[in-house]
Amino acid sequence: MTVTEDRSGAEVGRERLRKEDARLITGRTMWTENISLPGMLHLGILRSPMAHARITHVDVGPALEMSGVVEAFSGRDIADMQGAMPCVWPVTEDTVLPDYPPLAVDEVRHTGEPVAVVAARDHATAMDALEAIEIDYEPLPVVLDMEEALADGAPLVHADTGTNKCYTWVLDSAEAGTGDDVAQAEADAEIVINRRYIQQRLIPAFMEPRSVVVDPTGEQITMWSATQVPHILRLLLAMSTGVPEQKIRVIAPDVGGGFGGKLQVTPEEFIAFAAARRFGRPVKYVESRSETMLSGHHGRDQIQDVTLCARRDGTVTGISVKLLANMGAYLGIITPGIPILGAFMYGGIYKFPAYRFECSGVFTNTTKTDAYRGAGRPEATFALERAMDDLADELGMDAMEVRRRSWINHDEFPYTTSAGLTYDSGNYEAATEKAMELFGYNELRREQASRRESGDPVQLGIGISTYTEMCGLAPSRILGQLRYGAGGWETASVRMLPTGKVEVITGTSPHGQGHETAWSQIAADRLGVPFDDVEVLHGDTRTSHKGLDTYGSRSLAVGGIALVNACQKVVDKAKPIAAHLLECDPADLEFVDGQYRVKGTPGAGKTLADCALAVFTSHDMPDGVESSLDADATFDPENFSYPHGTHLCATEVDTETGRVTIRSYVAVDDVGRVVNPMIVEGQVHGGVAQGIAQALFEEAVYDADGNLLTGTFVDYTIPSSADLPDIVTDRTETPAPGHPLGSKGVGEAGTIASTPAVVNSVVDALRHLGVSDVRMPCTPERVWQAIRSAQDGAQEGGARL
Amino acid sequence: MIPTAFDYSRPTGVDEAVHALTDGGEDAKVLAGGQSLIPMLRLRFAAPSMLVDLGSVDEMRGVRDDGDALVIGAMTTHAEVLDDPLIRAQAPLIAQATATVADRQVRHMGTFGGSLAHADPAGDMPSVATALDATFEIAGPSGRRSVPASEFFVDYLTSALEPDEILVSVRVPKLAGWGTHYEKFNRVAQAWALVGVAVAIRRSNGTIDEARVALTNMSSTPVRAHGVEEALVGAPATDESMAAAGQHAAEGTEPTSDVSASADYRTHLATVLTRRALGTAAGI
Amino acid sequence: MTHISMTVDGVRYDDDVEPRTLLVHHLRDKLGKIGTVVGCDTSNCGACTVLMGGNSVKSCTVLAVQASGMDITTVEGLAGRDGEMHPVQQAFHETHALQCGYCTPGMIMSAVDLLAENPDPTDAEIRDGLEGNLCRCTGYQNIVKAVREAGETMRTARHATPETASAHATRDEVTT
Repeated sequence: MTVTEDRSGAEVGRERLRKEDARLITGRTMWTENISLPGMLHLGILRSPMAHARITHVDVGPALEMSGVVEAFSGRDIADMQGAMPCVWPVTEDTVLPDYPPLAVDEVRHTGEPVAVVAARDHATAMDALEAIEIDYEPLPVVLDMEEALADGAPLVHADTGTNKCYTWVLDSAEAGTGDDVAQAEADAEIVINRRYIQQRLIPAFMEPRSVVVDPTGEQITMWSATQVPHILRLLLAMSTGVPEQKIRVIAPDVGGGFGGKLQVTPEEFIAFAAARRFGRPVKYVESRSETMLSGHHGRDQIQDVTLCARRDGTVTGISVKLLANMGAYLGIITPGIPILGAFMYGGIYKFPAYRFECSGVFTNTTKTDAYRGAGRPEATFALERAMDDLADELGMDAMEVRRRSWINHDEFPYTTSAGLTYDSGNYEAATEKAMELFGYNELRREQASRRESGDPVQLGIGISTYTEMCGLAPSRILGQLRYGAGGWETASVRMLPTGKVEVITGTSPHGQGHETAWSQIAADRLGVPFDDVEVLHGDTRTSHKGLDTYGSRSLAVGGIALVNACQKVVDKAKPIAAHLLECDPADLEFVDGQYRVKGTPGAGKTLADCALAVFTSHDMPDGVESSLDADATFDPENFSYPHGTHLCATEVDTETGRVTIRSYVAVDDVGRVVNPMIVEGQVHGGVAQGIAQALFEEAVYDADGNLLTGTFVDYTIPSSADLPDIVTDRTETPAPGHPLGSKGVGEAGTIASTPAVVNSVVDALRHLGVSDVRMPCTPERVWQAIRSAQDGAQEGGARL
Repeated sequence: MIPTAFDYSRPTGVDEAVHALTDGGEDAKVLAGGQSLIPMLRLRFAAPSMLVDLGSVDEMRGVRDDGDALVIGAMTTHAEVLDDPLIRAQAPLIAQATATVADRQVRHMGTFGGSLAHADPAGDMPSVATALDATFEIAGPSGRRSVPASEFFVDYLTSALEPDEILVSVRVPKLAGWGTHYEKFNRVAQAWALVGVAVAIRRSNGTIDEARVALTNMSSTPVRAHGVEEALVGAPATDESMAAAGQHAAEGTEPTSDVSASADYRTHLATVLTRRALGTAAGI
Repeated sequence: MTHISMTVDGVRYDDDVEPRTLLVHHLRDKLGKIGTVVGCDTSNCGACTVLMGGNSVKSCTVLAVQASGMDITTVEGLAGRDGEMHPVQQAFHETHALQCGYCTPGMIMSAVDLLAENPDPTDAEIRDGLEGNLCRCTGYQNIVKAVREAGETMRTARHATPETASAHATRDEVTT
C-alpha cells in the first residue's frame, strides 16, 4: 500500500454522523414538492401516447371550460418563447443536433413526449382537465432497434436530418500515437476473443420524482427544481430562452437522489418556466412516478462488440471496441458524450498496448438516454471484465491469474494507457489480495468443484471484477478537447462571520451524498474551528453564485480542493491581522490547531474568531489590510483521479428455475484518502446495489409500437431489502498524489465494479454446462434459457459426432 | 396521480351495502380495502361513479369456527388472517400463502375477500381457495347464494359476482392431518407471482390418499392441476412419485407471455414448483 | 364532499374532502403534514407509509375517507414533545441508514411497525419486513443495521428502570 505523510487533522478521516439527518428523519425536509406559494397554479402535462406521429390537431378549449382551469396551451401556442432543449456535448464536428422543443409543436418522437399543458387551481383539477384536451395524431413509422435504425430505408426519427446516425467517434491508439495498431495486434495474436455484450436500457429511478416550482413575481424569476445541476440549469435556461441570466435564480432545495437522472435540464422545467412567464403567476409541476419513468432520461442501452487479442500465456496485446449507443429520440444535455466517457476505460487496470474504440450514436423512437450512475464507465468495465473472464476460459486459466498477467503494477505509476490517460496512482495487487482473503476465494473454488462433481441442482459461481474509473470530472482543457460545452472546475467560498462561525459555500450540489457533513469536516480542520461552527450552503444560485454541480464523482475530488484552497486564503488573509493583534511580525507567526502563535512560543495566540471580530469592528486594522477574511477559490484539476478496486461475488444458481441468489459479496475499494469512512461505505453499499440491480433485476422494455412496458415499479423491478445481500466492504488507501486531500471520489465505484462481478459469477456457475453468456438482467428465465440452449447445443453437437 | 371523482358510501351492514351498490348503478364498485383498486384508480385505468366502502360492515370481519369448516369474513384483512389462531391451526395453507401477499402495509389494508373478488389469476388467494375447494357466500338484491371455487373464477379479473353482488364470506374446509404448502416464485420480493402452486396432501402409511393442487398465474383463472392430483392418489409418498406427478402440472393450462415471463418458462416453472411444493407438503 | 374526522400525530382534525382524495394528499395538502411523501403511483415504494390505528399502511393507497375515525401517526409524530428522537429515528441517524432521505419517513414508519410486532427480528426478518419500502441510495445494509440496533435499544429500555429507559435517546451524538 502506498502511504504518504498523514496531513489530516482531527476531523478528516472521522466517522462524523451527518448534519443532514436531523431534518430528514423528522420529516422537516424542503423537497420541491413541499413548496407552496400564494396564487400558485398547478400544471398538468399531456403526453403523447404515440412513439412517432404528426400532431394534426390540438384543441385545449374544452379543458379551459372546466371549473378551476385557469390556462391551457399547446406547443404551437408557446413556440416562440419556450426555447429549445440544449445539448452541450456534440462529440464530433458533425454531430447531428436535432430540434428539441420542450413542448412538441408538430411531431412527437417518443411516447411520453409533452404535447399540451393545463394550469389549474389544484392538482386534481389539472389531472381532470388533461382528459378534456382534444388532440389528433397521424401515426408515423416507428424505429426502435439500433441496427434497424442504421439500415438503408429505415424510418427516420428526424426526417429533416436525413439520418438516424447522430455521430461516429473514434479513438485509435496508433493514430493518436498513444499505442500500437489494433489490426496488427489482431494479426499477431495467438488467441482472439470476439464477443457481443448488450447493455440493457435502465431507468435511474431516484426515489423523489422530479418536480419544479417557478415564481416569476420577484426581481428574478425563481425556479426551485429537484435537480442535481442548479447552476447548469440557470445558464441553459438563460441561453435557450433569452431571459437574461441575472434575471434567473435557480434553487435545488433538498433533492431526493439523482444518480445522473437529475443531471439534466428537462422539458418540464422549460415548460414550467414558460408557463410562469406567460401567466405572471407562480406555477408548480409535480411529476408522477409513471411520468418520470416514461420521460425522465434513461441510461445505458448500448450494443458492445469487443475484440480482445492475447497471447497464449494470457497477456493481452490489444482491444478493439465497436459500440452502438442508443441516444433515444432527442439529445439531452450530454447524451452523445456518455459512451465517450467510457471510451477511455476499456483498458481498465491493464497494460493493453493497442486500442481502438469506435462509437456510433443512434436515434430511435425511445426516451432519450443520458447520464446514469457511472455514465459510460460501467458499460466499459462490464465488457472488459466479461471478456477477460471469457479469455481465461478459452485459455483454461484462472480468471484472476489472467488479470494479473496484464494489470499495471503498483510500482509502474504514474502510467499512461494506450487510451492516452495517465493514471495517477493505484495498488491493484493490494486491493485484490485483501479481497481474495475476505472472500475465501480458494475455499469457494473447492465448494464449486464439489457441487459440479455431485451434479447439485444449485451450482456455485465466482465472479471477479477489477476496475478503475476516471473520476473528478474534469480537467477543463481535456473537456475542451472533447468538445464539451463547459469547463470542469469547481468553486468554494468561505465567509468568516463576526462571531467566529463559518459559512462555507460550495458550487457542488449534493442530493444525498452528505456534503454538509464532509465539507464541515474539511473546513473545521483547515480553519481550526469546531465542526458544529461550520454551515455549508449550496444549491441556490443567489448564495452559491458559481459552480458546476454534482455528478461524475467530482464533488470532493474537485470541489473539495476548491474548499481547501479557499480555507487557506482565509488563513493567509487573517495572518497580518493576527500579527497586528499580537503585536508581532506576520513572518514570525504560524497557524497551528486554529491559533496563530509566534513560532516556538507556547501560550495564548489569536484564533480566526478573534481575527473575524477584529475585522468586523475594524476599529484597529493594520494599514492597507482589507476589512474581510472572506475568500473564494476556484480549482481546475490537471488530471482525472483514478479510484480502483476488486470486487468478488459468489452466486448460487438454481439450475432448475434459473434463480440467482447472491451468497457473498466482497468489495475492496481504493478511493484514496477518505474524509468520512461512514459516508464512503454508504456510497459503496448503494453503488453495489445499483450494479447488482443491472445485473439481475432491471430493464426498461418497449413493445413493438414503442410503448414502455416497464413504466411503473410493478414492472420495472428495482430490488428491495429482501432481494439484496449484505456486502462486505473494505478499503486500501493509495492517496491521490498532488491532491491536498488525497481523495479520488467514490460515488460511482460500486456501480461500475459490481455488475460484471455478478454476471461473471452467474456465468462461472454454469460454464461447465456449456453456458458462456447470460444477457442482463440475468432473470431466472434468461438463466434457464441459457442452460436450455447450452444443453440443446450440446445435444446437437453430440448428434453430429 | 389522482383518481377521477366518484361518490362514496360507507354502509354498516350487508343489506345496506347491497342497496348502496344497486343504487349506485352499473359503474358503482365495491371498495374492500382497495390495495388493488386504488392504484388502478390513480392510474385512471378504472373510473367508477361510486365506491361502496365495506370497511364498516363489522359482520364481514373475522374468522369463525363452523364445524368442519372455517368461515372467513370477506373484509378480514390479510394481517388479521395471519394473526388468527383458528387459521393457523386449521388452515395453515392460507396462513402461509397470506404471508407472501405483497408487503406488510398492503396486508394491513388488503382483505381476504377483496383479493378473491378481484379475481386476478396472479393473486395468491384465488389459487389457494381453489385448492381448498372453498365456498363463496354471496349477497345480492335477490338474497344470498353460495358458489364453489370451481365456478367463482370466471375469467381474468372476472368473478361470478354480479355487479350488484357482494362477497360476504368464504367457507374453507378444515384440513386436519393434511400436509399443505404454497410455493411462490417471483422476480423480486414485492412482485406478483410468475407462478404459484398451492398444495394440500392427505397421506396414510406412506401412501397418498388425496391431493389438491391449484396453480397461480397459469391461465386467466386459477386452475386445479387435476392431472397431478390423479397421478398422486394411491402413489407412494416418495420423491419419484412427486416428480412424476409434477410432470402433469401444466396440462390444460394456458399461461400468458408478458414482460415478466414467457409462457414456456411459466410451463416449466409449474412442473418444477409443483414437484417442490408436493415434496414440502408431504414432508419428504 | 364527505365529512371526515381523524387524529393525526395527536391532534384532531375535522374536514370535508372529496372522496377521491388520497390520505397522503390530505395529510400533506390540507393538514400540512409534509413529512410524508409520495414516491410512486402503484403502491410499491412505501415512501408514504404512516401508521393507521397502529398499523403501517401506504397512505397513497388509502382514501382519506377510509381513514375517517382513525388515529394516524406520521414521521412527524414520532419524536417526543421535547424533540427527543424515537429510537428508530436515532438509530437511522447513528448507523447512516439514509442518504438522500426521501424514502426515510416511510422506511422509519415501517420499521416502527415491524418492531412493534417483532421486537427482536433477525436480519432476514428485517429484510422481509421492509420489502414494501424501496430505497435507491443505501443498498439497505445500514437500514437493516439501524432496525436491529433500534430493536436492541427498545428492548433494553423496556426492561430498564424509567430513569435509564430514556438514556438511549439522550445519548450524545458524538461518534467514535
